[in-house]
Amino acid sequence: MTQPTYDLPDARGHFGPYGGTFVAETLVAALDELNEAYAAARRDPAFVAEYEYELKHYVGRPSPIYHARRLSERLGGAQIYLKREDLNHTGAHKVNNCIGQAMLARRMGKPRVIAETGAGQHGVATATVAARYGMQCVVYMGAEDVRRQAANVYRMKLLGAEVRPVESGSKTLKDALNEAMRDWVTNISDTFYIIGTVAGPHPYPMMVRDFQTVIGRECLEQMPEHCGRQPDAVIACVGGGSNAIGIFHPYIPHENVRLIGVEAAGDGIDTGRHAASLTAGRPGVLHGNRTYLLQDDNGQIIETHSISAGLDYPGVGPEHAWLKDSGRAEYVTITDSEALAAFHDLCRLEGIIPALESSHALAYALKLAPTLSREKILLVNLSGRGDKDMHTVAEKSGLQF
Amino acid sequence: MSKIQATFARLQTAGRKALIPFITAGDPDPALTPALMATLVEAGADIIELGVPFSDPMADGPTIQRASERALAKGVSLWQVLGMVETFRATDAVTPVVLMGYANPIEAMGVEAFAALAQHAGVDGVLIVDYPPEECAGFVDALTRHGLDPIFLLAPTSSEARIASVGEHAQGYVYYVSLKGVTGSGALDIGAVAARIPHIRASTGVPVGVGFGIRDANTARAIAEVADAVVVGSRIIEEIEKSEPENVCTRVHALVTELRRGIDAAGGKT
Repeated sequence: MTQPTYDLPDARGHFGPYGGTFVAETLVAALDELNEAYAAARRDPAFVAEYEYELKHYVGRPSPIYHARRLSERLGGAQIYLKREDLNHTGAHKVNNCIGQAMLARRMGKPRVIAETGAGQHGVATATVAARYGMQCVVYMGAEDVRRQAANVYRMKLLGAEVRPVESGSKTLKDALNEAMRDWVTNISDTFYIIGTVAGPHPYPMMVRDFQTVIGRECLEQMPEHCGRQPDAVIACVGGGSNAIGIFHPYIPHENVRLIGVEAAGDGIDTGRHAASLTAGRPGVLHGNRTYLLQDDNGQIIETHSISAGLDYPGVGPEHAWLKDSGRAEYVTITDSEALAAFHDLCRLEGIIPALESSHALAYALKLAPTLSREKILLVNLSGRGDKDMHTVAEKSGLQF
Repeated sequence: MSKIQATFARLQTAGRKALIPFITAGDPDPALTPALMATLVEAGADIIELGVPFSDPMADGPTIQRASERALAKGVSLWQVLGMVETFRATDAVTPVVLMGYANPIEAMGVEAFAALAQHAGVDGVLIVDYPPEECAGFVDALTRHGLDPIFLLAPTSSEARIASVGEHAQGYVYYVSLKGVTGSGALDIGAVAARIPHIRASTGVPVGVGFGIRDANTARAIAEVADAVVVGSRIIEEIEKSEPENVCTRVHALVTELRRGIDAAGGKT
């Protein structure tokens, strides 16, 4: 039997009923320009070769796959392998995408890049590549996040970026995104908006995915070298969903490989204080695309909660919405305290300090592994390192620096 | 003929241009909105754009976002906005009301339910900022079946193809965004606007309203020289912000009267 081919999105950016281009007319021309430029760049061997060179020599790819033997031993079930995106330059998967978009900005003759950021990881990655390519960089960050993430704010400034605190709305990631969109509309002729996740209007969900699929493509080669075959399941955390789509997408045709996305349950789904859009949300329209959203009965977007700022977003990439509805991927949740426990386990048993985002994926693997036999293989995307989370973890443990 | 069409026809016969003020429903208080709408008409409004508050108004500047936040803090829902229109309709059966907002509150209500309820409440047109023509075929269909005019934005960056595509769906009027930016922005290049309007009017076959950046009688007059309608939003919201509940209608009346005077000083037919 032939496998169904998967070639979403369609020409207008739809993944089934999701995705699309739900923007004001003021942005349409800029998105058309971006679509054309990206379509030409991805077909240009010189662009692709330079991107690959940068990933190898600037980011340090390929990132290794590591068999977490002590952790697996203790669980007594499936073997856990980690895709080490935490070892990338800047400490997370975000840079894969930022390099691609900054190269595209340069190709389009845009000397100024802007970005939104929540915890600051995408902001730092954008500031990094802006420095690398000699571009002016402005990062929008919720005023509340600026206060909570002082170290990352300083990092961005060291890298030459201007950080603009956003005082509107809930003063968090979604408001930073609104503000960045406004900047883009106003400065459209010289500015490129580097979106950090697989959300936003077409072509962003597709383009960011394409730049992140390097993660999954490497895994497809590396897993057989390590254990002679592909994993039984691939597990990744999902906020906007860029690291997850990056590792899932190349595995979509491999039907025997389960794809498991892990959303942030915060204090617990029942408490209402969480960020699990796919699990507890309804489809709607926000930030240029149709997808699952956390919203009230009147269609207002509600505030989210997660211990991990990178997962603290009321929407999710439209391709995940489609993968959920189609049944190709499963989506589960992990609470703050389960993620913290997994964080500590990885520190103590493997000497790896994971990001709190990635700890959600890990925590689900820790639940799943003991229910499976020792021959089974779970591949977890360790999407970032946890140095940025020292303050949060210490606070939760009742400590202060 | 829709109320909006009838309004433009009547104005054209009289050699006048339309004044379309915008306020956010429920700002500063839901109880004041019908009275404020009546005030706008008394001061010379021809059509009212009524903003439906949304938590994430991406295309708006800080002024209109604050108005949205004030309304949401008072619990204003799309359902209640329709109630406000109904209350206003009890006192004014003539002046067209256009709802302006974002897609998600409408999708949460359901497109079909919204169109039916809006018609029942006495709404005449709907402009959803993040519904470009190619994403809202079903919505336009529902509006049309309920006798509501779908209104669309055009921008300085809109291509010929897009002007044509908006022209296929637009009824009532098109809203031309006069500058690159969000609502309430500064610099308005009247020459650049003037150069685009005749072409847009000819291509879309409906009157052209111009908004974004119109702050006083002088800019209103200059826009009225070239466009069919002048839309003023952020400046009126600022006046509401500066007012107390006791004097908000008086202050808004004075401002809108001034804008009306500016528009009527324009040369008339273009």
